[in-house]
Amino acid sequence: MLSVENLSVSVEGRQILHDLNLHVMTGETVALFGPNGSGKTSLLKAIIGVPSYSIESGKIIFKGNDLTRLSMHERAVLGIGMSFQRPPAIRGVKLRDLLVTCVKKRGGVDPGDINDMIMRLGLSDLAERDINKGFSGGEIKRSELIQLQAQGPDLLLLDEPDSGVDLISIELVGSVINELLQKDRKKDRREKAGLIISHAGHILDYVNADRAYVMLNGTLQCSGNPRELLDDIIEKGYEGCTVCKG
Amino acid sequence: MQRVDHEKRALRAVRKRADFGPDLDIGSYEHETKELDKVRALNDLPGDIAGASTDVGIETDESCRSGTFFQINHSVVLSTVYQDGLEIMSITEALQKYDWLSGYRWQAMKEDADKFTAEAELHQHQGYFIRALPGSKVELPLQACLFMDQDSLIQNVHNIIIAEEGSELHIITGCAAAASVNRGLHIGISEFYIKKNAKMTFTMIHKWADNMAVRPRSAAIIDESGLFLSNYVCIKPVRTLQMYPTVYCTGKNSTARFNAVLVAHEGSDMDVGSRVYLRKEGSRAEVITRAISEGGNIFARGHLIGEVPDIKAHLECRGLILSEKGSIHAIPELEGKVSNVDMSHEAAVGKIAEEEIQYLMARGLSEEEATSAIVRGFLDIEVKGLPSQLQAEMKKALHPKELKDRVL
Repeated sequence: MLSVENLSVSVEGRQILHDLNLHVMTGETVALFGPNGSGKTSLLKAIIGVPSYSIESGKIIFKGNDLTRLSMHERAVLGIGMSFQRPPAIRGVKLRDLLVTCVKKRGGVDPGDINDMIMRLGLSDLAERDINKGFSGGEIKRSELIQLQAQGPDLLLLDEPDSGVDLISIELVGSVINELLQKDRKKDRREKAGLIISHAGHILDYVNADRAYVMLNGTLQCSGNPRELLDDIIEKGYEGCTVCKG
Repeated sequence: MQRVDHEKRALRAVRKRADFGPDLDIGSYEHETKELDKVRALNDLPGDIAGASTDVGIETDESCRSGTFFQINHSVVLSTVYQDGLEIMSITEALQKYDWLSGYRWQAMKEDADKFTAEAELHQHQGYFIRALPGSKVELPLQACLFMDQDSLIQNVHNIIIAEEGSELHIITGCAAAASVNRGLHIGISEFYIKKNAKMTFTMIHKWADNMAVRPRSAAIIDESGLFLSNYVCIKPVRTLQMYPTVYCTGKNSTARFNAVLVAHEGSDMDVGSRVYLRKEGSRAEVITRAISEGGNIFARGHLIGEVPDIKAHLECRGLILSEKGSIHAIPELEGKVSNVDMSHEAAVGKIAEEEIQYLMARGLSEEEATSAIVRGFLDIEVKGLPSQLQAEMKKALHPKELKDRVL
């Protein structure tokens, strides 16, 4: 579904991602580990097409389309959705209105579905408020997820969906992500795929990842079994990854 | 004060420039217009006039209004009331009917404030008198329209609105020009008197023409525990608009709230402020302004004057600049004259944050849709204490037809 090939990206003239290669197959869930500042969020922003992240070389191919020259809007329409770690508050734009817009854009019309989604994620009060304005960390995560539910993307880019989420909510967050990724189906029957950034790996207790990449200093250091990689990181820290590569 | 004294004072001010806004040559506008016949109901008005008035909150189906006043150019064509405890009539008729009313005329402001007040005194072209009798609660909104359909005309109106003790009154005023009008000058004097324990909401929607000059002059006096809520919407082109409505909180626990939404198109100059004198303990004031420049220039002023202890006042101005050709100059002023006042302000002017547009684009909105959603959200002010019907009129005025096809 997604192929990132020899990708180098710069922001304000400074290269922050160097010659990256990454693949996500349809039906797969891929985890992305790495220390703060390693470039994980930058990679997701480059894939979704944030304009300040300029591609210096390489390609991003999604469902056979070269995304390089496409706007964020066009990438979203093609089927990429992202939950942001620190989304902006937008004064005057109500969360419910945005959900209705997203559902309408993909041809859905039943407002009952939106109400069910809102109730399930415990967002009844927040739905009538300005998006992200005064939301707590956990509320932001749930708000981002419900927007993805309304949007229904094929590829989910999830930036730290577990940070700031309490132990009770993380189970709910995990189950919504599993639904979005069609985890109830066999892998070869799924139409969705996910790329999940997780700093501490908590979400992987609830969402099963097929593979994982480790990112260090703007490059992908290695890939492998998520659980094994995470155990190594917990045991040796990211310094261990550097040695491993060496 | 006798009428002749008002005239004398006005005569001395005919060349007195206003404190703000560009000067205007009043002599370049015409005073002559024919007297128009009265109509029995709004449905009897010509379709283009009725249609234009609906854009500024006027309902031609009057069953949802407690009364209607309609003036075209210099003629009052309709003045009718549907509810007990409420009076609506032309100011001329009211001054003939009530001797005491002359005591209210030029009490909240002075006829020699500038050349525009002087002009309105010397060449008055009607205006309305609205009064809620003591204790009467007029829940349905009352509507008033000041309409201009003759090019290059000057329209000077003088309005007096009184909410007597313990009454409640909701007014929507639409001021508009016909599509055939290119230039003209509207001078609107409005004096509001909110008596003890009375509540008045006044929602004014303007829709003028490209070369219209508009000089409203408003002042309100609020007695003990009275509430005055003023909403103003002007999002259509106008050549020059300047006003600085002033409220005097002269009674204990009196409250004044202003909300203004301004959009300055290319070629428009707006200089709009709100001023509140808090003169008795327990007085409260809130001034909220949303200003958008689509190429025009806006001065967004606000001035709160705390003269006694135990008052609370807040001023908020947010400006969005959508075109490089435009400018917004926010000038908030707080003036505390004693200690123990609680006064604050916040002002922010800038363009739409790219990050916000990008966020909505990541949800599948185009750049234009995202910008439109943010702009509309910016303009969507929730007005506390306004009846739902008038909330709906505000929303309609802020979401004009041309934006209907947009997404949010």
